[in-house]
Amino acid sequence: MLRVDDAQAVPVEFSSELITKFDDVVSRYPEGKQKSALLPILHLVQAEYGWLSAPAMDKVADYLKIKDIEVYEVATFYSMYFMRPQGKYVLEVCRTGPCCLVGAEKIMDYIENKLGVKEGEVTPDGLFSWRGVECLAACGFGPVLQIGPEYTFYENLTEASVDNLIGDLKRKGNN
Amino acid sequence: MARKLLLEHINVPGINTFDVYRSKGGYAAVEKALKTLTPEEVVEEVKKSGLRGRGGAGFPTGMKWSFLAKPEGVARYLVCNADESEPGTFKDRYLMTYIPHLLIEGMIVASFALGAKTSYIYVRGEMMPQIRILEKAIAEAKAKGFLGKNILGTGYDLELYVQPGGGAYICGEETALLESLEGKRGNPRIKPPFPAIAGLYGCPTVVNNVESIAAVVPIINEGGEEYAKVGIGRSTGTKLISAGGNVKKPGVFEIDLGLPVEEFLYSDEYCGGIANGKRLKAVVAGGSSVPILPANLFLKTINNEPRLMSYESLADGGFATGTMMGSGGFIAFDEDQCIVRNTWNFTRFYHHESCGQCSPCREGTGWMEKVLHRLEHGHGSLSDMDLLVDVSKKIEGNTICPLGDAAAWPVASAIRHFRDEFEWHVTNSAEAVTRNYGIAHYADPLTVTA
Repeated sequence: MLRVDDAQAVPVEFSSELITKFDDVVSRYPEGKQKSALLPILHLVQAEYGWLSAPAMDKVADYLKIKDIEVYEVATFYSMYFMRPQGKYVLEVCRTGPCCLVGAEKIMDYIENKLGVKEGEVTPDGLFSWRGVECLAACGFGPVLQIGPEYTFYENLTEASVDNLIGDLKRKGNN
Repeated sequence: MARKLLLEHINVPGINTFDVYRSKGGYAAVEKALKTLTPEEVVEEVKKSGLRGRGGAGFPTGMKWSFLAKPEGVARYLVCNADESEPGTFKDRYLMTYIPHLLIEGMIVASFALGAKTSYIYVRGEMMPQIRILEKAIAEAKAKGFLGKNILGTGYDLELYVQPGGGAYICGEETALLESLEGKRGNPRIKPPFPAIAGLYGCPTVVNNVESIAAVVPIINEGGEEYAKVGIGRSTGTKLISAGGNVKKPGVFEIDLGLPVEEFLYSDEYCGGIANGKRLKAVVAGGSSVPILPANLFLKTINNEPRLMSYESLADGGFATGTMMGSGGFIAFDEDQCIVRNTWNFTRFYHHESCGQCSPCREGTGWMEKVLHRLEHGHGSLSDMDLLVDVSKKIEGNTICPLGDAAAWPVASAIRHFRDEFEWHVTNSAEAVTRNYGIAHYADPLTVTA
């Protein structure tokens, strides 16, 4: 599960800005219930680093005064958290029934061919990875995809709109 | 056109801001409740309204509220379930995006009724844009004195927070949601104790869907009895329906409960019929978990009565020939859709989303997925249908939470109504990978307008 590789060996130090954000989250819960902040804090950490490395999760455990395993078991349970490095832009395409009725499978095939990498892999330039995800609650506007960490939504996808999106992100990502 | 109780002002420019929302009569329910009613009277109005939970189970909201334990000196919580994840359902996203103050207003009134001093809105993590919209709305309401200490000078204090999920369908189940809000894996709890007795942090807690809480606003403004005049029988009020799949005009519609399904599906006010001039093959009326119905059984009940969009009429005929209102996730399938492929897709979803706590669900959903995969890809056998029904029966009712039932029903109903299509995938396996079965005998009995 928690693979020990080069990326996992990189130590992590949270910035004071990030810690201030953590403190703000913790203030939402009653005294002693700071563990409730775990999911929001993992989102903040992932937004900062692009994924959740073991050293980052250990730091979160220290901050919340909980055991490391309490962070790992949560991080691996929820589908939004990445346990390995991703592309700078992760295209997450809804692959559930209603979107498939309006062509989501074709869009996923198209993205796979366009990016030239399989689901879960990163493009050689480090800019993109993609994956199918389960229902994003936008069934009337399918096919849809989202891109974190803002989780910007792209609806009614066509091959042309995917071309435009990837072109825009390439220009943005290379600057 | 029926009157809208929730979405009346949805198209007003700037309605997502406090000032415009307020200028359209927004927050009147907060003023009325906090200044002129007791918490018990608010609960009484919601009881009179007959409002039934809009998240899927349809349990009367007022009754749920009245079960809340109120021990001295123990905090009570209201948690809004905005983990909208049921395939086919996207009404809560719509409401939170375009009219967030309606939810905030409902949260204040409901929190007051329940005596909660801190309330949470648990939003699925993928809806980060909606989380930011809600946080902005909360800040605006607080700046205007509708949240925080001593609201409107009434002495009532309330803090409201938004909590993101992490991407897990199971957290729509209320006890899994509470586990998640406590920073844990979303494993549903064994009930009893029910959240009304021991919920968040072990304290008495009510969990309500976004739409249920929003509906409290018109209920308080107009009175429970007036609200109950809308709708039909025990299906009172209006309901948001998310229409998707192969309809001409997908989107979120507010309907009076009791609207004939034929009108909903074919009139231009709502879905506008089936897209691309095709015919209707099947409908999933209430989100992926409810039984799928072929077009003929969906439009008319087995007794040849027109079916209505109400809890009772959709369930008419039981599971043999009926379905459920569920969350109002309405998915239409046109003549070119493959029922086997869709059933496989849904089952993969449930397998992916099973929390893994209960063996029947953890193992059964994976098993059904494998069998459906081989049927769809031309490697099935005629005994597979009985096997699927057998596995689904062994999941149903044998799990801690309803995800097991939700995984079993789509499979059992697809085989019940579309067995010939499944068998055709076995007997004509080469053909089945190149084309779809088509519309067969379950065709939409209505004539198609060009």
